[in-house]
Amino acid sequence: MSIPVLALATDHWYDLRDLANISDAILDGADKVLPFGIVYVLAALIGFVASFLIFVLPSQLYLGVYGERKIIGRIQSRYGPNRVGPFGLLQPIADAVKLLTKEALTPKESDRAVMYVAPIIFVMPAVLIFAVIPFGPRMVFANVPVSLLYFMAISSLPVIATFMAGWSANNKYSLFGAMRIVAMAISYEVPLVMALLGAVVVTSGAPYAGDFLNGLALQDMVLWSREFHIWVVFVQPLALVIYFICVSAELNRTPTDIAEAESEIVAGYLTEYSGMKWGLFYGMDIGYALGASAFAATVFLGGWTFFGLEKWVPPWMIFIGKTHLFYFLFIWTRGTLPRLRSDQLMAFAWKFLLPLALFNIFLVATERMIWSSQDYAKGLIYVFAVVNIAVSIAAVYGWARFLGYRPENTPVRPRLVKNAGGYIPVGSEANR
Amino acid sequence: MDGGGIVFAFYVLAAVTLISAAGVLVSRDLLHAVLFLILTFVGVAGLFVLLSADFIAMAQVIIYVGAIAVLILFAVLLTPRAGRNNGETKFALPGILLAVCLAAVFLFVIHDVAWTTNDEAPVLGADQLGEALLTTWVLPFEIASVLLTAALVGAIMLARTPQEEAEDALA
Amino acid sequence: MSIGIEHFLTVGALVFCLGLGIALSKRNAIGVLMGVELMLNAVNLTLITFSRFATSERPIAGHTFVVFIITVAAAEAAVALALAVSVYRNRETVDVDQFNLLRS
Repeated sequence: MSIPVLALATDHWYDLRDLANISDAILDGADKVLPFGIVYVLAALIGFVASFLIFVLPSQLYLGVYGERKIIGRIQSRYGPNRVGPFGLLQPIADAVKLLTKEALTPKESDRAVMYVAPIIFVMPAVLIFAVIPFGPRMVFANVPVSLLYFMAISSLPVIATFMAGWSANNKYSLFGAMRIVAMAISYEVPLVMALLGAVVVTSGAPYAGDFLNGLALQDMVLWSREFHIWVVFVQPLALVIYFICVSAELNRTPTDIAEAESEIVAGYLTEYSGMKWGLFYGMDIGYALGASAFAATVFLGGWTFFGLEKWVPPWMIFIGKTHLFYFLFIWTRGTLPRLRSDQLMAFAWKFLLPLALFNIFLVATERMIWSSQDYAKGLIYVFAVVNIAVSIAAVYGWARFLGYRPENTPVRPRLVKNAGGYIPVGSEANR
Repeated sequence: MDGGGIVFAFYVLAAVTLISAAGVLVSRDLLHAVLFLILTFVGVAGLFVLLSADFIAMAQVIIYVGAIAVLILFAVLLTPRAGRNNGETKFALPGILLAVCLAAVFLFVIHDVAWTTNDEAPVLGADQLGEALLTTWVLPFEIASVLLTAALVGAIMLARTPQEEAEDALA
Repeated sequence: MSIGIEHFLTVGALVFCLGLGIALSKRNAIGVLMGVELMLNAVNLTLITFSRFATSERPIAGHTFVVFIITVAAAEAAVALALAVSVYRNRETVDVDQFNLLRS
């Protein structure tokens, strides 16, 4: 249960590889001078400024708003924002100013209190998620032993906020959006937890520096990938795929955003929101996607480690790079895939993802038994990785075929609808 | 459990829990009552953290807030014409009187007993919980899984529409 | 000023009694269910309190009991809400004082 002390942490405050040293040095120096524990207030300020400069500003504003629109524009053969400032770089700021000066309307028949509180409740969990994410060997705010469960718990809160938003507006389309998001959250929570269970089974209990790793703590998962020189994604490829699909469904990213599908139900739960209230929902959607990306980078992509590179490059840079890489996956699917129908998404969660997740747990539990009986041999994990990648691809393909997926029936060149057995016009010769 | 932070946190969490539990009782709108219920669950989870039961606190938030409260919201949405009134029946007064009497008895007992307690929090992690569940309490654990399966089947059977039942009878 | 076992037990008892009052007095079946959930939660709080403060050989027993209670509460909520939806289909109401088909 104890969290092992890390070898990378150095004593020199100027060692930029771990910013925790600098903040410790500043706080220790300030503690000797300042009275009454003002140093705790100072710590919050330092943390806020540092996280804003190295993470929030580049990620949320420039990858989340500008980069997303630019990349999606390029994917769809458009230019994207290019008017405000050089290369359109000032577009996020212009957007924010526009939203701030816009009037935030409240419908007359709405539930005013709930409608006012909903965006606030939506913002809180997005900030709370980052409390347990390790940015470096010592750069983790709350190193709690159940941080993986903490992430699961926090990520179930925004559903309530979106429900409040949809219901309080007293609008038919808002209520449809709320209903859809509640149904989606219940459905996709199950395979999500099952997929993460696979990653926990792999990492927990492995020996590390005379102690055992705790698979429910995110820092220990990172240490696992450093100890065994392999990322969890290679041992658990199916878990990452399931996690990605489920989390993009829970976050309402575009291929699965049936809760705010603008071609079906105006804007879903956001229909009656405007101005900065809408802006909070929009901004925090990016915040949640970044949180989910950071979590995936920690659990599946090895966090701040990079096969020994973390000794030379600041680990937090590696971590932020991995987070952005995963966030790019979100952008990519958003720009590429069309939106699914509501019932298709439900069937996909229950019929496709859940059996695969159960199969994945069965597989990884078997391997875990073999591994512990072989005294945690380091070479064995690579064998498991090769086996798992092959078995996962076979399982996905086989289960899809079992459910009726036939790639050979997909036409590769255009042919007449009539020949494919499709539409026959009324009154034609064939109908007589 | 001393320390200004713990005392402050306890009183804030207790106030949140009790006020929102009272909100479930007094709010006239059913949806507001559900939202107050969610706040109560979160407050109780905070009290679990104070009692150094991290795993139980997280399980509380995941299951109660993430599943049960969302299920209740879903049930409210699925009964659209039933009315959103969270009013009382004619047995309200005796019921609340009974609750008040019970509260008086409880408070008397709690403050009259000389509790022998230990100030050292026992170290209870998720690993010990898992070990206990799969060794000492393995039989109740299996029975609980059977119960969950039965509840799953029962809920699906209960909530079917007459059309679906007719289709299944034909098949 | 310190926080002891009495404080947590008081909160648990008050939440339990509020839940009892809700379960006994509400007209809507979903409201009654919310009262029952509150009572179960108060019991959980009490068990965890005893597990934390009591001098016992196996304090983990309290946590185990809470896990079982959470399981049963989830099953109970699922069945109860399915019942409410099923009754609503037939009667277009979920008020418990309207369920009087057996009254002659």
